[in-house]
Amino acid sequence: MERLAVSLCGIELDNPVIAASGTFGYGYEFAEIYDINCLGTFSFKGTTLQAREGNPLPRIADCLGGMLNAVGLQNPGVDEVISRELPRLKQVFHKPVMANVSGFSVVEYAEVCRRLDEQEQVGWLEVNVSCPNVHGGGMSFGTDPCAAAEVTRAVKAVTHKPVILKLSPNVTDIVSVARACEDAGADGISLINTLMAMRIDLKERKPVLANTTGGLSGPAVFPVALRMVWQVSRAVKIPVIGLGGVSCAEDVIEMMLAGAAAVQVGAANLVRPTACRDIITDLPRVMDKYGIENLRDIIGGAHG
Amino acid sequence: MKQELFTIIENTPLTAKVSRLRLRGDSSAIEGPGQFVDLKLEGLFLRRPLSVCDVEGDCLTLLYETAGRGTEQMRELPAGTQLDLLTGLGNSFDLTPAGDAPLLIAGGTGASPMYGLAKRLRARGVAVSVILGFAAAADVFYEEEFRALGAEVTVCTEDGSYGLPGFVTAAMDRPFSYFYTCGPKAMMHAVCERAKTGGQLSLAVRMGCGFGACMGCRVETVSGGKRVCKDGPVFRKEELLWKDLL
Repeated sequence: MERLAVSLCGIELDNPVIAASGTFGYGYEFAEIYDINCLGTFSFKGTTLQAREGNPLPRIADCLGGMLNAVGLQNPGVDEVISRELPRLKQVFHKPVMANVSGFSVVEYAEVCRRLDEQEQVGWLEVNVSCPNVHGGGMSFGTDPCAAAEVTRAVKAVTHKPVILKLSPNVTDIVSVARACEDAGADGISLINTLMAMRIDLKERKPVLANTTGGLSGPAVFPVALRMVWQVSRAVKIPVIGLGGVSCAEDVIEMMLAGAAAVQVGAANLVRPTACRDIITDLPRVMDKYGIENLRDIIGGAHG
Repeated sequence: MKQELFTIIENTPLTAKVSRLRLRGDSSAIEGPGQFVDLKLEGLFLRRPLSVCDVEGDCLTLLYETAGRGTEQMRELPAGTQLDLLTGLGNSFDLTPAGDAPLLIAGGTGASPMYGLAKRLRARGVAVSVILGFAAAADVFYEEEFRALGAEVTVCTEDGSYGLPGFVTAAMDRPFSYFYTCGPKAMMHAVCERAKTGGQLSLAVRMGCGFGACMGCRVETVSGGKRVCKDGPVFRKEELLWKDLL
């Protein structure tokens, strides 16, 4: 499948399809129904220094064309990920995996990355400065270019692996945040994380989510994500991973034409567990339809 | 877990709110009573989880209450409609500790997995007693279906318009070896408090994926956080901590 191959920060991917963090766990649930080695790679559940229980229930709400989540970075903590999840993952996934990292301080981001840097299975560090569902961490670093740059510098100082900053769409000027990360040494940018949103239960007259607000994802956000990928990829030289509502092979191609070097698939996995595999299988057909020989040739192709 | 297309054979209202859906398709991933399926409905993004009532050959029976947009839409689906289902989700009731006189306590559509469980227990020759709780006489369903299995059935209505007046707990004053329950959380909590024996309950919460990937449905147990959709929905009375559930 040479036609689908792309390169991401110096590592070759068989195809540009990456399952997005928070929608793919550590891969096992999906490995039960298909061989996940068909993926370009996947980004595992956001990992913090300490274990986190996450937010109270309900954490999930539905909406037209998408969903809201307020999971709140539930994870077993970096040491448990290294000692338990990665060895288990090794049995079902044989490619470099993307490690998604979150934190509540610059020091925490750096420490989690330092520990993951020693893991051979980890190909890239995806640094999440964009979680909308925790207080005093996550998104607060991604809405300020200076803070995002500070996290980037701190992480770059402790790892030789490619560092990808995952950005929040909940900002006035996404380009300034992306540029600040690039200037601070980031090797790539992924965007968008979820859009801050909410629902109200009519019977209860109360917010549906216990956290009041959550992050919107799914097909509803695709055009917003595409616009931001377009803007950021014009402004930076480092590769951009496009995500947000990608649900089919056509969406992957559209993202790449907007400037994405690779594409993540998130919410679609939760509704159709085989979504990533189906998209990868369908890509050659859609490429033929639009006269695309190799995917790597169309990155940013719509910029003219 | 399997993703399969099913065809609606029958979609019958049982009461003003509760309907029975019979589907034909590959149910081979469903292993035991208490497991659930996740339905994809037109125009709704997330799937809708529904407990399995019964499986007989390639015929799958589900009971559902119209509560929101998803279930209102389901009520209109005619026979012949194809539905995309994830099947064989979650764990199932453990029959081993049932003993010789288990008590099954259902509230509303909680009767759905209790029916499959009763059927399984009866097939093993176990004497099964069932308490079915409803709001009023007009809401009662499946009383005869449980009797047809050979179960001893007590119906309770909150307003006293049918059967024993009051909550299901009012009918629990009898000897039983073990209990199984499914229904509103407050009801199940009251049942767990009241019962002196061990027991199991099936929990329903808002879910994202239904198969353990999104961490949308974590509950607190004595052995840490567990996913209702993957590690549950059946929990032992002794393990669930009820934190944030009531």
